[in-house]
Amino acid sequence: MDWLFFSEIGLAGLGSGGLYALTGLALVLIYKATRVVNMAIGEILMLGAYVFMGFSAGLALPIWASIILAILVTGLVGGVVERAIIRPMLGESAISIFMITIGLGSVLIGVVEIIWGANPQRLIEFMPKDPIFILDAYLSPKVGYAFLIAAIVVGLFLIIFRTWRGGVALRATAGDQAAAYSMGINVPKVFSSVWVLTSMIAAGAGILVGSIGGISPDMGVYGLSVLVVVIVGGLDSLLGALIAGILVGLIETYAGAYLGGEFKMLATFMLLVVVLVIRPYGLFGTHEIERL
Amino acid sequence: MRIGTVKESYIADAALFDTKVQRGWMFALLAGLLLLPFFTGQYASYLVCLVLINIVSTAGLNILTGFTGLVSLGQAAFMGVGAYTVALMEIKLGTPFLLNLLVAGGLAAVIGIVVGLPSLRVKGLYLAIATIAASVILHFVFANWTSVTGGVSGLSMPPASLFGFEFIQPDQVYWIIMPITVIMLFGAANLFRTRIGRAFIAIRDRDISAEVLGIRLLRYKLLSFAISSFYAGVAGGLWAYFFRVVTPESFPLTMSIFFLAAIIVGGMGSILGSVLGAVFMTMVPEVLKMMVGVLSPIWPDAVAVMSPVRIIVFGGLIIIFLIFEPDGLAEIWRNIRRFFHLWPFKT
Repeated sequence: MDWLFFSEIGLAGLGSGGLYALTGLALVLIYKATRVVNMAIGEILMLGAYVFMGFSAGLALPIWASIILAILVTGLVGGVVERAIIRPMLGESAISIFMITIGLGSVLIGVVEIIWGANPQRLIEFMPKDPIFILDAYLSPKVGYAFLIAAIVVGLFLIIFRTWRGGVALRATAGDQAAAYSMGINVPKVFSSVWVLTSMIAAGAGILVGSIGGISPDMGVYGLSVLVVVIVGGLDSLLGALIAGILVGLIETYAGAYLGGEFKMLATFMLLVVVLVIRPYGLFGTHEIERL
Repeated sequence: MRIGTVKESYIADAALFDTKVQRGWMFALLAGLLLLPFFTGQYASYLVCLVLINIVSTAGLNILTGFTGLVSLGQAAFMGVGAYTVALMEIKLGTPFLLNLLVAGGLAAVIGIVVGLPSLRVKGLYLAIATIAASVILHFVFANWTSVTGGVSGLSMPPASLFGFEFIQPDQVYWIIMPITVIMLFGAANLFRTRIGRAFIAIRDRDISAEVLGIRLLRYKLLSFAISSFYAGVAGGLWAYFFRVVTPESFPLTMSIFFLAAIIVGGMGSILGSVLGAVFMTMVPEVLKMMVGVLSPIWPDAVAVMSPVRIIVFGGLIIIFLIFEPDGLAEIWRNIRRFFHLWPFKT
C-alpha cells in the first residue's frame, strides 16, 4: 500500500468534503427554518457559478467584484423564488414543496442554457497556483484553498448563529414557528432571509466548485451528493452536515481513486442506504415522534 | 342537466361507470382506440404508443404516490428492470411476449418490494431519497454488469412475434401496447373498489390511524410498492418491444421525475389523472417541436432554443400546477363536467 498516495487522496477527499459540508450547511439551514428540502440547491449553486462567469468573463469585471456581485445576484434570486413560489405553498404537504423545488431546478437549468449555452465552460483562474505540500503529500492548490475558504465561511456562520440577533431568531423559528411568531419574531422575514442567505452560500460554493472542475448546466447533479450528505448527517443537524460532508467527500474520493470513477456515486449512495437502515433519521438528526 | 341517476343498491353506487352516458362514452373510446391505427400515419402511431407506455407507468406511480402517499423516484429504474428482463428473455429464451411481460412485471415487483422495505421505518422525503439511492444502484448494475446487460452499449433485441407475425412498425406494436394498457388501467381503477385499494387510501390519509384500524402497514406498503413496480416493469417491457434497444441511459433519474410530474399535472390519487397527466406531459414537447417547425423560417434560432425551453416548460408546469391546481387536470376535467351536468344552474 502506497501511504503517500493514500494520504494525498485523503487530502483531496477532505477538500471536496469541505465543499460538501458548506453546501450541506445551506440545505440544513433551509430545512431547519422552513421545513423545506430544497432539491434545487445544486441548480442554485450552478446559477451562482454561471453568474460569476457572466460578470468575470462576460463583462470583464475584476474577480473580487464579480464574486460579490454573483453572490448578491444569486441571493436576490433566492429571495424572489421564496416570495413567488415557496410562500404560496406554506402549509402544503412536504412532498408538494419537494416537487416544487424539483420544478424550480429544472427551470433554472433551462434559463442558464438559454443565456449561456449548454456546453461545459471553464471559470477564470483566480486562486493561487503554487502547489501545496502537507508533509510530503501534494494537494492541488485549488482544492486546498477551496477547503480553506469553505472552512472559514462555515466557521463564520456558526459564530453568527450563536451570537447575532437574526441567528437567534432563526434558531427560534426552527424550534417552534408558532411560539417564535407569538414572541414577536417576524417569521415570514426569517423565511425570506434564510432563502437569500442559503442561496448566497450556494453561490459561493458554486464558484469554488466551478473553479475546481469547470461548470456546465448539469452541474446540479452535485446537489444529489449534497442531499446524501444531509440525509446521512440528519436533515436538521448543522454538526451532522459538517461531519457527513467530510465523510462523503472522503468516501467518494477514495472510491473514485481505488475502484474507478463509476463507483463514486455508487459508494455515496451505498453509504446512504447503510445509514438509512441503521439510523433512519441520520447520524445526528432528531427522530420526530408522531402522535395521533 | 343530468337527471334520473338515482341509485338503488350499493353495487350500483360503487360501479365503475355509473350512468348509461358514461358507459356509452367508454365504448366510443374503446372503439376509437380499435380504429385509430387505420387513420393515423407512422409518426402519429409512434406518439400514441409512447403515450400509452407512459400511461401504464404513470398509473403505477399514481398507485404508490397518489393513493398510498409514498413518494418514489425509482419508477424509471423499475421500468429499466422490466425492459432488461424482456430483452434478455427475448434474446436468450425466445419465449412468448406475454410471458416475458409478466415476468418483467414480476421481477420489477420483487425489486420494488426490496426497495420499499425501508418504507416502514422512514417516510416522506427520507423515503424519496432512499428510492433515489435504489435507482442509482440499479443504474450502476445496468451499466456495469456487462456479461448480462451488455454494459454501456446495452442490448438489441428481436421484435415481438405471435404465430409468425412480427410486430415491427409502431402501428403493429400498437396492437400489443393498447390492449395491455387498457387492461392495466381497468385493473388500477378496480383496485380502489377493493379492500386493498381502500387500505392504501387510508394509509395515505394517516398511516398511524390506518394501523389503529387494523391495516398492517408493512404488508400494505410493500404491496403498494409491488403493484406500482409491476406496472413500471410491464411498461418497461412494452418500452423494450417498442424501441428494441435497451441501454442504461434509457432510464435516467429525470425520467422518474417526469412520471412524478405527470401525476402532479394529471392529478394525484386519480386514475383519470394518470391518463391525462401522461398524455399531457408526453405531448407538450411534441407541441413545442411543432411550434419550432412553424417558427424556424421566421426565427432561425428557434431550434437551438428548443431544448432549454422544453426544460423550462417542464419545470414551470410542475410549479404552476402545484400552486394553482394541486389536484391537477383531473380536477379541471371534473369542474368542466360538473358545469355541464348542472347547466343551466350555477355550480
